[in-house]
Amino acid sequence: MAEENRVTLHGFWASPYSKRVELALKLKGIPYEYVEEDLRNKSQLLLKYNPVHKKVPVLVHNGKPIAESLVVLEYIDETWKNAPKLLPEDPHTRSQVRFWASFLQQQLFESVLKVLKTEGETQEKALKQVSEKLNLLEEGLKSFYSDGNPCIDIEHVGLHDLVLVSFFGGYKVYEELLGIKLLDPEKTPLIYSRLTALADLPLVKETLPPPEKVVALLR
Amino acid sequence: MAESDVKLIGAWPSPFVLRARIALNIKHVDYEFVEEKFGSKSELLLKSNPVHKKIPVLLHAGKPICESLIIVEYVDETWTSGSSILPSDPYDRAIARFWAAYVDEKFFPSMKGIAAAPNEEAKKAALEQVESGLAFLEEAFGKISKGKPFFGGEQIGHIDIAFGSLLAWLRVTEKTTGLKLLDQAKTTPQLAKWAETFCQHPAVSGVMPETEKLAEFAKLLFAKMKGINPQ
Repeated sequence: MAEENRVTLHGFWASPYSKRVELALKLKGIPYEYVEEDLRNKSQLLLKYNPVHKKVPVLVHNGKPIAESLVVLEYIDETWKNAPKLLPEDPHTRSQVRFWASFLQQQLFESVLKVLKTEGETQEKALKQVSEKLNLLEEGLKSFYSDGNPCIDIEHVGLHDLVLVSFFGGYKVYEELLGIKLLDPEKTPLIYSRLTALADLPLVKETLPPPEKVVALLR
Repeated sequence: MAESDVKLIGAWPSPFVLRARIALNIKHVDYEFVEEKFGSKSELLLKSNPVHKKIPVLLHAGKPICESLIIVEYVDETWTSGSSILPSDPYDRAIARFWAAYVDEKFFPSMKGIAAAPNEEAKKAALEQVESGLAFLEEAFGKISKGKPFFGGEQIGHIDIAFGSLLAWLRVTEKTTGLKLLDQAKTTPQLAKWAETFCQHPAVSGVMPETEKLAEFAKLLFAKMKGINPQ
């Protein structure tokens, strides 16, 4: 098969990092081959493509590998310039999108994982942390969208939206299964409305893993 | 006095602040350096970076930009003077961003691990991590520089800034452990040479902290950290 414009994604069904790359490829209509990796038995190819981290996702384009989901997303945006544009043109707004994507990834994820994996007092503490970080995010998004909250459709999804929905898309099911409250529409209305709009997009629904399966895997 | 259009809130010992300064120097941008006092955070800092309350913060026409690597990309995208910091080809850009992220998420924490090690065994483990990190970076340098003096080629690029900003702290670590981490003769010949060239570059030489001065500061910093009661 010709290497010309061939795209392969090495991923794992439950990994939010992997899923956000899949979402980007699907939203931009980029044809790709998917390789499901068994994380307990990683393929030789994966280890060759990502010797430093040995992790998914790895995007391979024309035989050249790219690792680290946020790096992959920016690469996709720069290589396939059709909608949705994951990053805006304006440098200051770009810096804000990158800031919130990084905040979601580094600050919020740890706490969310803890909530999903633990119980009792440890879970309580983790929930509190999630709540604090969500409040910070809500404040930040308020000023980010001070010109008005743009509608979410498949032409208008940003880098930070992909990070948000890949981490939190299954939140309702997590709440039901674990008997906890992760997201409060009254405390964080902006996050709530963006997240539900994103999670409702048919492409997102069909791409994200069944949340019950993710919880089962973690516990 | 006229309000400066470009301000950088920072402190001289911080490698992250150094990244922003090098980027601004590469672009020949005039900026006001607002130095934070050690041990306290100014109103301006808390207002400009309410989420992390950390330096560096770049203020451009009053608008704040936080997180050092985000600042570097912002500077590269905003000013066209001087040379480009990120390469133009998307794949090369991805490689540059990958290694910058590696320095932040893996290499820098392993360096901190040496100082934070509670015993000799932990210290040895941390040192091994740093050494394997340097081996990765040595190999990456060979592939990416393609025989030129910097990761960025003829000019300083994104990886040079991300990694080079840690050199003074790396030297302080060499001083305190008595070990040669960047070794010309044995393990990292290319990086050892690169380090020298990097530190002599005009965008770097005026702002890179002197090892002695930084070593003194490190003593102060660790003493302060040990003096703080854990909650």
